[in-house]
Amino acid sequence: MPDDRPVAEGERGGALVPIRPITPEPAPLPDPRRSDVDGWGRSERARALCRLLYDPIYRNWFRAEWEGLEKIPVRGGALLVANHAAAIPSDAPVIIHGIETELKRPVYALADFLFRQTPVVGTIWSRVGGVAAHPDNAYRLLREQKELVLVFPEGTKGTGKTYANRYRLHRFGRGGFVEIAMRAGVPVIPIAVVGAEESMPTLWRSSALARALGLPYFSVTANMLVLGPVLGLLGYFPAKFKLRVLDPVSFDVPPDQDRYSRSRVMEEAEGIRVSIQEALYDMLRHRQSVWRG
Amino acid sequence: MAGTGRRVLVTGLSTFWGGRVAQALEQDPSVEVIVGLDTEEPTVELERTEYVKADQSYSILKRLVKATRVDTILHTFLVVDSTRSSSRALHELNVIGTMNLLAAAGAPGSSVRSLVVKSSTLVYGAGHRDPYWFREDMSRTSRVGTAVERSLLEVEDYLSDFADDNPHVTVSLLRFANVLGPDIRTPLSRLLDLPLVPAIAGFDPLLQFVEENDVVRAILHVMDRGISGIFNVAGDGRLPWSECAALCGRRILPVLPPFGAERMLAAFDRFTELPPEVLSLLRYGRGVDNTRLTSTGFRYTCTSAGAVDAYAEAARLRRIVGDAPAYRWERDVETFFRTSSAVVRDER
Repeated sequence: MPDDRPVAEGERGGALVPIRPITPEPAPLPDPRRSDVDGWGRSERARALCRLLYDPIYRNWFRAEWEGLEKIPVRGGALLVANHAAAIPSDAPVIIHGIETELKRPVYALADFLFRQTPVVGTIWSRVGGVAAHPDNAYRLLREQKELVLVFPEGTKGTGKTYANRYRLHRFGRGGFVEIAMRAGVPVIPIAVVGAEESMPTLWRSSALARALGLPYFSVTANMLVLGPVLGLLGYFPAKFKLRVLDPVSFDVPPDQDRYSRSRVMEEAEGIRVSIQEALYDMLRHRQSVWRG
Repeated sequence: MAGTGRRVLVTGLSTFWGGRVAQALEQDPSVEVIVGLDTEEPTVELERTEYVKADQSYSILKRLVKATRVDTILHTFLVVDSTRSSSRALHELNVIGTMNLLAAAGAPGSSVRSLVVKSSTLVYGAGHRDPYWFREDMSRTSRVGTAVERSLLEVEDYLSDFADDNPHVTVSLLRFANVLGPDIRTPLSRLLDLPLVPAIAGFDPLLQFVEENDVVRAILHVMDRGISGIFNVAGDGRLPWSECAALCGRRILPVLPPFGAERMLAAFDRFTELPPEVLSLLRYGRGVDNTRLTSTGFRYTCTSAGAVDAYAEAARLRRIVGDAPAYRWERDVETFFRTSSAVVRDER
């Protein structure tokens, strides 16, 4: 049995005053890893490959344009909150790619547990930075690892909505994202995204088919009509993407509390929802064309 | 002899863990008496541990505790590998055995002041709604589907009742992650031994391991320091199943179908040694937060990847030179070495 307590040099010398053993920082254990997959399943190599492949789509297809990117901190945790659209969301990759290439720091994206159950897709999703949206996962990433975390509080209600309801934000869940930011002591940074709605518009939804397939929604998109049912899943229309980063919202509350005032949480969540909604209306007012921006 | 040292009872002496723990205790001069209880004979060489044979449900315990006046019980015999016994035997050993143990330890006038139980992170299950790092106070999100998980959860319930009823006893419950190391055989190590390592198609879960020596060190750590509470014991970090195979010089073979693998395995039950709880692990993986134990001063000697590597090194050697000869316990030989006047003993 090796003794865990370190012994300082002075103890052997017979000093009259016992020298308190100095606890040295324990040497890091040998960690014979073969891959660079971290504890969340993310691999920087997979991310780099993904960025390489996605960059032409980001630049030439969606022609993403940012406004206020300097409001996202270069270090320290922050919770990025955006509106969510398109049956197969096109906004998440654009946001992640933009921030990672411009700010050179990783973004972890929270998503529905459904991803973890899906073979192949779930594994790839996890390697490129997807994390299941468990409050404790978000807390660890924000508080302990001080990372950027992206969340879409509308969830599947945002991506499942039909084209007629585009750019009309749904309820922001039960404000869980505000509570996590409060607990982690990080600001919420709202992002308004224009373009995702038109990249894959939902024309019709079938709740019966969704139930039968065990999916949160089943959409028939315009892309499917144009490109066929298979290509229509991946072929986005080249809508012009514009993203506006709004002012960070900080909450003047102590972190690590068991619970926070429910009314305060709901109020803050609604405030953030309204600010994104207003930014969207403003951006749409100035938009000349869906395709050229 | 002056009765100042600790008097320790180890349950499951003949299991891998019981034997290891008893061997480590023998090295500790502050431990005066070591009594080992099991239904079968010890499988490792022991110098001063007294072996007592018990029946399946350990009904002898009450008498034994009273007679030996042990102050510490190390409960290491909980079965966590369900390929080793039927579900009925498992219930008998885990649940009824622990009930008898707790009854003996909590009897009026009992001398027991410290109880350490070796449980498993199997109690958290493995599911798609799980947090990536379970803390000790979090409960599982997946349904309890297997006999071994059910029995461990029942044991933990009994234990928490026992701790409430006996505030004078230091109760510590250790939940160990999947163990790998040079010597232990587990369902996962058997998979890694195959020329092509089976995996569920489309899944590459993140797993966490603890090295076998860290298991024994953790049990002795909480015993020595008298720390009570529930602790996860697992090496730092998690790594994908494909990387575990790579560390062992193996490749993954995604033979198990992504859907209905459970039913397929049930059909081939006789031929495989793949318990259902391993299947959900190969799908979703499991991670636990180990900071509560390290904050009590415990230092691991291996990370998760280090534990896989320790196993891989031993497996490479084993493939060349074969298994080490097994130890066989002989009552006459043991009695001779312990009691015969012909044996020259060092004065302690």
